[in-house]
Amino acid sequence: MKAPSFAYSKPSSLEEALELLERPGATILAGGQSLIPSLNMRLSSPELLVDINGLPGFSKIEVLSSGVRIGCLVTHAQIEKSAEVSKHASLLAQAAPHIAHPAIRNRGTLGGSLALADPAAEYPACAVALDATLFIAGKKGERRVKAGAFFKGLFETDLRPGEILAAAEFPPADKAVFVELARRHGDYAIIGLAGIRVASQKRFVFLGAGAAPVFAKNASKAKSLAEAKAALGEDLDPPPDLYHSSATKLHLGRVLLERAWNTL
Amino acid sequence: MEHAVDTTLTVNGSPVRRSIPARQHLVDFLREELGLTGSHIGCEHGVCGACTVRVNGDIVRGCLMLAVQANGCKVDTIEGLSDSGELKALQKAFHEKNALQCGFCTPGMLMAAQDLVLQNRRCSREEIRKHISGNYCRCTGYQAIVDAIEQVLNGQS
Repeated sequence: MKAPSFAYSKPSSLEEALELLERPGATILAGGQSLIPSLNMRLSSPELLVDINGLPGFSKIEVLSSGVRIGCLVTHAQIEKSAEVSKHASLLAQAAPHIAHPAIRNRGTLGGSLALADPAAEYPACAVALDATLFIAGKKGERRVKAGAFFKGLFETDLRPGEILAAAEFPPADKAVFVELARRHGDYAIIGLAGIRVASQKRFVFLGAGAAPVFAKNASKAKSLAEAKAALGEDLDPPPDLYHSSATKLHLGRVLLERAWNTL
Repeated sequence: MEHAVDTTLTVNGSPVRRSIPARQHLVDFLREELGLTGSHIGCEHGVCGACTVRVNGDIVRGCLMLAVQANGCKVDTIEGLSDSGELKALQKAFHEKNALQCGFCTPGMLMAAQDLVLQNRRCSREEIRKHISGNYCRCTGYQAIVDAIEQVLNGQS
């Protein structure tokens, strides 16, 4: 199908973008790899698309002492190929190749993926695992939210109308592993796992296992793999999808946990 | 607010200037406005890859980018790459290996394959399959397509 009619504006400054977002029916267009399909299928009908691709300074990858700060317009392909990300935020570098296909990774952005908060998306789980800080720009200035508080539910975040997710900062981990299971390469994951270790503390966060990223609290505290696998039953109650029951997903979650455990 | 936007872009090396409706995606613009019907429209929601084109050197889904977003960009389509001879080796290999039947997916498949060829490295069949995983072919079962790409990448016949 064809997208419904809408107006389009491409602001060249953040101030201008925030101004435009106050108009009724205004929606942010970043990489467009989720928004444009939904327009083509007429699942959404904005009155105005505010294309933020012209905003200066939103496409940077910076290595800071507190972690790697990645601008919202950095694409999946840039994350996949970045030597800095690979060295300082290897969890993201491992996750990026799982996102769709090369042609989509060339356009899709970090900010778009985090702001959309698809329960099967890779970056939200990575952000929660690394305890990332999200920088949100609004008319009243910038505010910061921890990833754990940002993701509120199915496609639901802490972003308020008129705000733009400007960047995310990912603290370092001693070790990181990203694994997921999909029916075919590039498909949405049946279930996935972002795992990290900082000193002796492990953190396991699952995607595709609930409405938002699920932090496996009990499995993360476990001292042995057997204990962690048993504890996962208390952490996860994954909703079934068209092909996989909740029990299957939990089983596959344990498979991923074992793979991750042996790597961390 | 404008529903049609003055847009200037370069398509297959030629400058193009048009007032484009904001809602029109890039591949519709190429096909309907410029008559470049080599880029096909399959699913129109980013799944099939038949509309794959190159924007500023990177392959993208032509249906997942608004034509107005190509303002200032260099767009290359199957017609441009075919005319310039860039795809010669892949076209020959696709022919020799019978890597197409109906041909609907072929332009997108060639664009995606050429993206891998430009990386100038040897690839396993698994890597080739990963790279074209976003391009659907409903005829061939992919075997012959992978054969053809492998021949060009690794010089195997």
